[in-house]
Amino acid sequence: MDWFNHLNPDLQFVLLSAVKVLAVLFLALLPMVAYSVLAERKISAWIQDRVGPNRVALPLLSGIPFLGSFLTRLGIWQPIADGVKSFLKEDFTPDHVRKIYFWLAPAITLIPAFLTVAVIPFGSTLGAQKMVIADLNVGILYSFGIVSLGVYGIVLAGYASNSKYPFLGGIRSSAQMISYEIAMGMSVVSVFMLVGDLNLSKVIEYQAGTTLGFIPNWLVFKQPVAFVIFLVAAFAETNRLPFDLPESETELVGGYNTEYSSMKFALFFMGEYANMIVSSAMMVTLFFGGWTLPFFGLDQRAESAQWLTGLAHIGIFVAKMLVLMVVFIWVRWMLPRFRYDQLMDLGWRRFIPLALANILATAVVLFLLNK
Amino acid sequence: MSTAATTETKPAPPPVDTIKIKVDGREIEVPKMMPDWQGNLQPTTMLQACQLAAKEVPHYCYHPKLPIAGNCRMCLVEFGLPAMGPDRKLLLNEDGTPKITKQVLPYEPQTPRGAIACATPISPGMEIYPSSPATKQMREGILESLLINHPLDCPICDQAGECKLQEYSVEHGQATSRFVEAKVHKPKAVDLGPRILLDDERCILCTRCIRFTKDIVGDDKLGVVNRGSYNSIAAFPGTTFDNNYTLNTVDICPVGALTSKDFRFQMRVWFLKESKSLCTSCGTGCNLTVGSREDKIYRFEPRENNAVNGPWMCDAGRLNYKWVGRADRLTEVLVQDVGQASRLSHSSEKSKTGATPVLRKTTWTAALSEITEKLKKVPAGSVAIVGSARQTNEELFLLGKLAKKLGALTDSVPREGEADKLLVSADRNPNSTGARLTGLCFTEMGIHLPKIADGIKAGKIKTLIVFGEDVTKHGFGPDLLGRLDTLIVSDILPNATTRLAHYLLPGCAHAEKRGTFVNVKGRLQKFIKAVEPKGDARPEWEFLHELVHHVTGHNGFVSIEGLFNQMAHEVPAFHGLEWAKIGDTGVTVQI
Amino acid sequence: MIVKREKLNFWERLYLPALAGGLKVTATHLVNTLFKRGAVTMEYPEQKWTVPEGYRGAPYLVKDQDGATKCVSCQLCEFVCPPKAIKITPPGLAGQTADRANAEKMPLEFEINMLRCIFCGFCQEVCPEEAIFLMKDYSLTGTNRAEMIYNKEKLLELGGVHHDQIKKWEHKLDEAKEQEMFPVKD
Repeated sequence: MDWFNHLNPDLQFVLLSAVKVLAVLFLALLPMVAYSVLAERKISAWIQDRVGPNRVALPLLSGIPFLGSFLTRLGIWQPIADGVKSFLKEDFTPDHVRKIYFWLAPAITLIPAFLTVAVIPFGSTLGAQKMVIADLNVGILYSFGIVSLGVYGIVLAGYASNSKYPFLGGIRSSAQMISYEIAMGMSVVSVFMLVGDLNLSKVIEYQAGTTLGFIPNWLVFKQPVAFVIFLVAAFAETNRLPFDLPESETELVGGYNTEYSSMKFALFFMGEYANMIVSSAMMVTLFFGGWTLPFFGLDQRAESAQWLTGLAHIGIFVAKMLVLMVVFIWVRWMLPRFRYDQLMDLGWRRFIPLALANILATAVVLFLLNK
Repeated sequence: MSTAATTETKPAPPPVDTIKIKVDGREIEVPKMMPDWQGNLQPTTMLQACQLAAKEVPHYCYHPKLPIAGNCRMCLVEFGLPAMGPDRKLLLNEDGTPKITKQVLPYEPQTPRGAIACATPISPGMEIYPSSPATKQMREGILESLLINHPLDCPICDQAGECKLQEYSVEHGQATSRFVEAKVHKPKAVDLGPRILLDDERCILCTRCIRFTKDIVGDDKLGVVNRGSYNSIAAFPGTTFDNNYTLNTVDICPVGALTSKDFRFQMRVWFLKESKSLCTSCGTGCNLTVGSREDKIYRFEPRENNAVNGPWMCDAGRLNYKWVGRADRLTEVLVQDVGQASRLSHSSEKSKTGATPVLRKTTWTAALSEITEKLKKVPAGSVAIVGSARQTNEELFLLGKLAKKLGALTDSVPREGEADKLLVSADRNPNSTGARLTGLCFTEMGIHLPKIADGIKAGKIKTLIVFGEDVTKHGFGPDLLGRLDTLIVSDILPNATTRLAHYLLPGCAHAEKRGTFVNVKGRLQKFIKAVEPKGDARPEWEFLHELVHHVTGHNGFVSIEGLFNQMAHEVPAFHGLEWAKIGDTGVTVQI
Repeated sequence: MIVKREKLNFWERLYLPALAGGLKVTATHLVNTLFKRGAVTMEYPEQKWTVPEGYRGAPYLVKDQDGATKCVSCQLCEFVCPPKAIKITPPGLAGQTADRANAEKMPLEFEINMLRCIFCGFCQEVCPEEAIFLMKDYSLTGTNRAEMIYNKEKLLELGGVHHDQIKKWEHKLDEAKEQEMFPVKD
């Protein structure tokens, strides 16, 4: 580590950030995307009394007695096969599409999801490093800004495909995502009124400790209405059922991704799951205390020597996130799709007034408490 | 229309004597006398009267063109006669109508006495009950008795589908058999003659075949042998049933006893598409039905036309269909390359080796435009056309137009054979009359052929157009043909002439196109297409029309209907005719 | 007809009880599948379905108890076949003689295009000789179209032997022999 300490601090920062980015992206986010697809398929199978993927076997690993066959039946190698398949499939570009936008759209869908991860603190500290890629003061504003870019990918895909169903899908998504972004943003306002800071690390610190000795100080208990609005808006923003109107296989074939195949289609697919992961991470940070647990002193930052605590914090964060992911998946296999007018009605005439009322109520309570 | 003069049946001279009878309670007036199988007037039978009343009477042994035998009993009907008093006066009912006595068995007044409708003449006041319960019961009884020894092997029987026994069993038969004893077994697949197999088990002994060969053909070869239920049909000892009309017995056999060896186990009849066509084997022009499936011809069957062939046709004509599906049919438009052609003709002049020239496949468009170019350049009188009396009137008409434009000598090839008493004509060309009427040849067919040969020899004729004839057999040797600048040949099957052709245009068999023939007696008849032409082959009239159009510049009709109507307009013998008015049995034209 | 729409009450409009209900149903299924009953689906190549009696699978030709082809090439199945999957080549006079001498006729070739076959069973129903049966095969595979056209040899092999009770032809043969009417000619 000597050579590293001799570098100038700026360079150190750059290198560390790069390591963090690569680690988060390739060791955490992408495998999680792949395996959340598997989780989706498995959970949906179980809910529907099926078995789910259980065929893909790796030559050597499957030979391990008991464990090998167990992993195979769990479908643990399925994502690998899926990935290979996506790459090997013919990348077909229909003749009638607008080529440049057609190629650009999948990337535009995926990139914002990745960018949002930057501001989420996924752990306290490991060694001397803060476990967040960019500890921005305006973290939440940044993430909202980036997330709203995500809609461009889908709209562009619908436009570029130059055919009916994708076009309808694109139009639906633009209206839907813009509508729910408002509700989402307003629901968070009340959270920050309590915290008094836009930095997400500060939000987590605010949630440390307990009330009455056993209720965690998590904002989900202090702002349940904001959480519900945020949760529902998150479903809408990620195009998950019951709000998957841009895709809606039954009516729009595949919606915006109808004309896509091969890896370009896989990018949309990955984008959806990456968005789910980011939404979950955001909810964990905002409402479930992030990497903290109010017991065993796990709600305080780890010292630079406390490597284990640091790792435990990351584990806690991931665990919380996975629970929320399961909720995402579960809801998909439970609820039917909303009608478009119901969706709009819910967004504009229910959640936005509710979020405004929530802000007002929070303000009044804060005013009375501070008096 | 000209058919009026040639109506088939010989009608009784007016006024017709009529009798009033009742069929199923409906009073109708029927002629007292009607033509029998030979056309002679005989007292009308109950069966004929029922047919006039549109009441079907099932029958096996009765055939309108055969003498009446009355042995199958299927046509039994209940009937009644006006009752007469001792004073020979009609007894009347209370309402004044004549009293009818239903005929019953003597000493058994409950049982109606049926009469065979085919052989019982009608009498005034008679009442026939072809639909009464008693009649139905009689039919059921007869049918059951006919089926006692029948093997019921319809699945392997070629007659299945056009079998009267099947049809009547459906209408009048029992669902199950009451016969539990062993059936009488008789010889199966008996070789009756070169074209006929007999299954004695299926035979119901209607004797139609015996009567046909004895009374129609005059070749008394068949009879019934053995006694009782062992009765069977057989050829007389030491003879075979081998005249030229044997296959007609297969048609008239109401069951599957007589089967054609040619058609045996070839195809089930219900798959066959039936197209009305004509026989091309001689000048008689027998009407026939082509039975084809999936562009393969399986059989010819005679089609009744009393002005030409009645219900019969000869075996030779009937079996003359296999060449249509031959594998070596000409299916490509071929052209001899110009350079090669000249070199070849040059060498053949000297060495006379007669090596087969190399032909190149081309398209109709290319070949026809090349031919047009050549024909447009040739000087008048340097062209000769050899048509064929096997071609249709329309094709010969178009050839005539071409000849007129080019100033060409034309003729066609005569074919003579031996005539018989019944149908076969000495003229073996199906359309000699048509060839004469359209002006392609003259009363003595073939008279111009030597002239054309001389013209070629003298170098005067440089271009020869041959349609459907192998001219090498008619005085045009390969060396003679080698002198030609251009030899245009259209044919169906390869022969010595087609091998020498500079332009070879594949034509169609008559079963593959439409057209008209005029038979030796002047009957103009049309035929329709049964199967698709093979490969690139096209109906001759189609490409001839194009060629005539290109060469003469006069547009014509691209449909056979239009072409025929145009021909009728221009050829005096056909004046006043229209394709649509010809009908299935044709019209007689003035020759 | 006008169906009167019930007005939703407050709880129904709130949507939350329905949500809870949905969660309960799906959770029950998940738990059942994972820990109690197991999946209701079958893992196909390893586990196979017991084909019920009367199932209409692929049609095959059968032989009789003597190993003779039962089909007499009557072509009724070809005629009745709605998708025209059956193609029979009759023997003709020169074709091979039938396995059973007194049956006279046997198909020269019998082809069923299994890609066209709709397993309706009309052929079995129409067959006067009980020579074709819809068996229990339901999974027919091939790597090209030609492979899916089963010829007579293959159909007979797959069909196996059918022990029929009537023995029509045997019966006829015995009768004919008794009456010294067989063979028909030497």
